[in-house]
Amino acid sequence: MKDKIRIASGQGFWGDLIDAPYHQVTKGPIDYLVMDYLAEVTMSILQKQKNKNPELGYARDIPDLMKRILPICKEKNIKVITNGGGVNPLSCANAIIKVANEIGIKNLKIGIVLGDNILDRLDEIISTGAELKNMETGESITTVKDKLLSANVYFGAFPIVEALQLGADIVITGRTTDTGLTLAPMIYEFGWNKTDYDKLSAGTVAGHILECGAQSSGGNFLGDWKSIPNMAEIGFPIAEAFPNGDVIITKHENTGGRVSFETVAEQLLYEIGDPKSYITPDCVADFTSIKLEDLGNDRVRVYDVKGFPETEFYKVSCSYADGYSASATLTYSWPEALTKAKAADQILRKRLENLNLSFDEIRTEFIGYNACHGPLAKQLSENDINEIMLRVAVRSHDYNSVERFGKEIAPLILTGPPSVTGFAGGRPKPSEVVAYWPALIPKKLVQPKVEIIEL
Amino acid sequence: MKKIKLTEIAHGRSGDKGDAANIGIIAYNDEGYKIISKYLTAERVKKHFEGICLGKVERFELPNLRALNFLLHNTLGGGGTVSLKHDAQGKTLAAALLRIEIEVEEVNE
Repeated sequence: MKDKIRIASGQGFWGDLIDAPYHQVTKGPIDYLVMDYLAEVTMSILQKQKNKNPELGYARDIPDLMKRILPICKEKNIKVITNGGGVNPLSCANAIIKVANEIGIKNLKIGIVLGDNILDRLDEIISTGAELKNMETGESITTVKDKLLSANVYFGAFPIVEALQLGADIVITGRTTDTGLTLAPMIYEFGWNKTDYDKLSAGTVAGHILECGAQSSGGNFLGDWKSIPNMAEIGFPIAEAFPNGDVIITKHENTGGRVSFETVAEQLLYEIGDPKSYITPDCVADFTSIKLEDLGNDRVRVYDVKGFPETEFYKVSCSYADGYSASATLTYSWPEALTKAKAADQILRKRLENLNLSFDEIRTEFIGYNACHGPLAKQLSENDINEIMLRVAVRSHDYNSVERFGKEIAPLILTGPPSVTGFAGGRPKPSEVVAYWPALIPKKLVQPKVEIIEL
Repeated sequence: MKKIKLTEIAHGRSGDKGDAANIGIIAYNDEGYKIISKYLTAERVKKHFEGICLGKVERFELPNLRALNFLLHNTLGGGGTVSLKHDAQGKTLAAALLRIEIEVEEVNE
């Protein structure tokens, strides 16, 4: 058994710094590279791609990334774990195999985790009595069943562990908890059991620290952010994990950013509800038990984490089509920037009303004035306002209304208040609103399945 | 009584959980945590965010991190992809909370 392993975060979300994974595998020693690709509604985008072409449905950046880092990973024995398989982990694996062939890689084992996609099983599942009620509103899923675009269960770390035990160099999953990506290598390397709840919770906490990339190593830091060195070359976080559950959060030495009590603490507080009850498929972690020790030199020890048994349910993330939306901006300069922006908004709304368009919501905001903090923003006199960006956004179940809204923006430049600019890039087009439906499902109704694809 | 700017004694971060925003506030030291623990109540935060937070405010304590976590319900205009707000994920709300000024009892050294 190794006495410690280094797990590196390759990205905080799909759309993060493209070179981050490359820097993680080249700038210092690591054992695992973990990457999260799936925001709440990403699955709906991938599902649509698969509907059009059965070969698609996974994060298409992955084969290119693998082309770049596979030779390095093979040489340094770095394993890669990611949920970028989306709704087609098998296709993703095959695409990687193809790339590996092209660049002369000799052997490669890719583990895929299936079973999370329950879109085709919904009728069967509902007939067993599982209502998949919306966790926020309590409504039964039958109200949106016909509009569903995706339905995926959040698996935890153990299917990934199984893939690693089968010898996988790369593990591609569908929907998996972000924390599970980081926890799995620890379970695998240190032989933790399903009932080692304190250790599973420690790994989960490490996963939470890593899951947003550089947000724990100096990015988006509301403490003394100006003192963070060299943010241009910010190092993404690395969890140095030990068999007893201790974890040291750090980053490669020749990188910018900072890992300190404060940068780690901010990330620990990010997107959590009740800290005593951080629920995952593998355990329930108690964030009020976490101890942090700043060791200096961008090393923070995370220890004494406690946790409890997992629940009987998996979380399910479903998405459904719920109308269309669009937003547009125009910029008004001094003098009277705010007055002009408000007048333009009134003119626009009157025109939309005269056209008998139908909207579920129209929202107006004044960027540069109070768009972020609303009533808390400092009241400024017109003379002190240099420019205002008027932003208007609409939402409707009628596509035509949203489309027409997009055509009413440019005219304001010639038919509205003066000293207006900032209109380039064509008409805002309606985009589909994909709403999120979180639910719970009894674990016994869903089984993960692990397969190995080999080169 | 004296007024203390929260931003001088604490930092934090905000994010989204559905239509709720979560705001974590972390004191720089134990003295600061005593202050926020006593004075930064859910009611105080709810009042601060009048017009922004349309639902209830829940407060959780993490003394191990010198921190408080607040959940502000019905704050993000529907949340996620449904919201039309510019800051639909509430990323600027921690900074908004740090604007707060707290009146504390003067303590004789």
